[in-house]
Amino acid sequence: MEVGLEHFLVIGALLFGIGLLLSLSKRNLIGVLMGIELMFNGANVTLVAFARFLEGAEALAGQVLVVFAITIAAAEAAVALAIAMALYRRRQTVDVDRADILRG
Amino acid sequence: MTGVGEVAAFWILATITVGSAVVVALVRDLVRAVVALVGSFLGVAGLFILLSAEFLAVVQVLIYAGAISILMVFAIALTPRSARDNAETAMRWLALALALAMVGLLIAVATVTEWGPQAKEGFQETASAIGEALLNRYVLPFEVASVLLLAAMLGAVVMVRED
Amino acid sequence: MTLLDSWWDLRDLGHAVAAFLEWLGDRGVPSWLPYLVSTLVGLMALLLWALLSQLFFIWAERRLLARIQVRLGPNRAGPFGLLQPVADALKVLSKEMITPRGADKVLFWLAPIGVVVPAIVALGVIPFGQRMVLADLNVGLLFIVAVSSTATLFVFLAGWGSANKYSLLGAMRSVAMLISYEVVQVLALLAVAVFVGSIRLGDIVSWQGRYNTWLIFLQPLGLLGFLIASSVEVNRTPSDIAEAESEIVAGYHTEYGGIRWGMFQMAEYIAGFVVAATVAVLWLGGWTLWGLEEWVPGWLIFLIKLYGVFFLFIWLRGTLPRLRIDQLMGFAWKFLLPLMLLNVLLAGLEMVVWKETEAPAEVVLPIWAVGNIAIGVGLVVGWALLMGHLRPRNRPARSLLVREVGQIYYRPLEEV
Repeated sequence: MEVGLEHFLVIGALLFGIGLLLSLSKRNLIGVLMGIELMFNGANVTLVAFARFLEGAEALAGQVLVVFAITIAAAEAAVALAIAMALYRRRQTVDVDRADILRG
Repeated sequence: MTGVGEVAAFWILATITVGSAVVVALVRDLVRAVVALVGSFLGVAGLFILLSAEFLAVVQVLIYAGAISILMVFAIALTPRSARDNAETAMRWLALALALAMVGLLIAVATVTEWGPQAKEGFQETASAIGEALLNRYVLPFEVASVLLLAAMLGAVVMVRED
Repeated sequence: MTLLDSWWDLRDLGHAVAAFLEWLGDRGVPSWLPYLVSTLVGLMALLLWALLSQLFFIWAERRLLARIQVRLGPNRAGPFGLLQPVADALKVLSKEMITPRGADKVLFWLAPIGVVVPAIVALGVIPFGQRMVLADLNVGLLFIVAVSSTATLFVFLAGWGSANKYSLLGAMRSVAMLISYEVVQVLALLAVAVFVGSIRLGDIVSWQGRYNTWLIFLQPLGLLGFLIASSVEVNRTPSDIAEAESEIVAGYHTEYGGIRWGMFQMAEYIAGFVVAATVAVLWLGGWTLWGLEEWVPGWLIFLIKLYGVFFLFIWLRGTLPRLRIDQLMGFAWKFLLPLMLLNVLLAGLEMVVWKETEAPAEVVLPIWAVGNIAIGVGLVVGWALLMGHLRPRNRPARSLLVREVGQIYYRPLEEV
């Protein structure tokens, strides 16, 4: 049996789909954030798989892009969790359905 | 990839990655969800090693499993009253349908498309090559990313600050 | 080092394994079997070594602490109390494991395992000799940091799952502490990476062998930062506020008993060995000793260095009092972090100058050794004067984290 590009793409697609489901359906802001991180991971798997299998002019471009993606994911997680804490402090909740007014 | 070890490693890692992600979606306790999420992150790191991206695998473990998961449990612990429950909203069936459609589309694209000639050999060493690329060709995005990190840090500090 | 490739060359036990694998390969087994066998052999050897060292150091630590504190220490079981760790191990193994009623059973069960595994995995990239390394990854240094950082989460889970406020307090303290000092640790390692130009541990050792020096002379400031940060990371006493008995019972492992507690102790010791091994490889030249490795087995030299560094931790534990959490956090962010940043800048500048002038290493390295030691001493003393003695009230009197984590709130003196 052989493992090729398609296998990794399917894993990436599954991770992305589960992340999408989480970020659309979860009530808790931190749960939504987990979904977003899973989507990041799915995209990263896809990028690295392309970099590994496809013969292109720039072999490592996919991996460099993933380095940036991970960096931005870290920044995004910090800001999102800061939002969660600020929200909790003002409204005593991290339920995204109840964060529906545009003022503190 | 045809070796017995590689194929076995792929299926084990794929099971861990996707299985843990499913557990994240199903489990109701948020801290347990973070643990499952870490399992998924580690599985992805294993897949990176399989794709001969050892630098990315280590970075994945360091940033995702080591840092982002800690941030999440910290946020859970600091928002005590309403943070434990990981329930779904009323739109969960719509979300499920949408996610299934997305997965179906992505898998269809991945399997139908002709991807052209494929390399048989993996990279030898990527850490130094990525370092070179980051400081030569991609130096502008690199600097912008560092500014972004600084901005994110300041933003987070300002937002959680009490005054 | 001239190495014979025969299995009986005990100066490097890697030969025996290599010869065994070759023998196995000649028997026509499938190609993946030698990999599996070598992994298992290496893992078993590492575990055996780690457990035996731990048994020895449980005894040695108690005896040495007793000596420092003018006591006798354990001296009943066996000659000099040598059988004390064995008795302890038997006691720990035979104790009942209790799970508190309100505990989260899955997390409570998972946490001790998750704390031990990263420590053992990190041992895999430590080079005990030229060929005695389970996996000489080209990202070895980063691997150690990354793998060790995953233990933090499980420390938190132990506190969270116990359903005990002292456990949770200990866990929160410990997580806050670990992530602060991890930054310092990584910056200290970065300066070494800048100097050597590689993060493969084997390369770092051979670099020091090639220039006939140890990085302790070139990077004294980095070693200082790394030692302090690591002694915090492995939760040893000058900074064991995560499990401070006099404040929060026993911190995150208050509710653990029997072999589960034993797992936490094992994780602490093995993490300590990993840190000591990192110091020995990075700053003390690994398995080399200026030519002596021709005659003495390299792994013996390495182990002596490793145990010497570990002895330093025991000494620190016997000498220093425990710090308060706000002191510890302030120390990381206000003292160590700027110093480490300056150290990285300095290392980068020196490498650029070396590359540009193309001066011979014999001229350049001594100059920098002297310069770096002078700069290091100057920076430490200057910073200490600036931060400490000249402004005695300069302390984080109202930090958010301290209050969230649960320490006494110290008002500044003016407000009293």
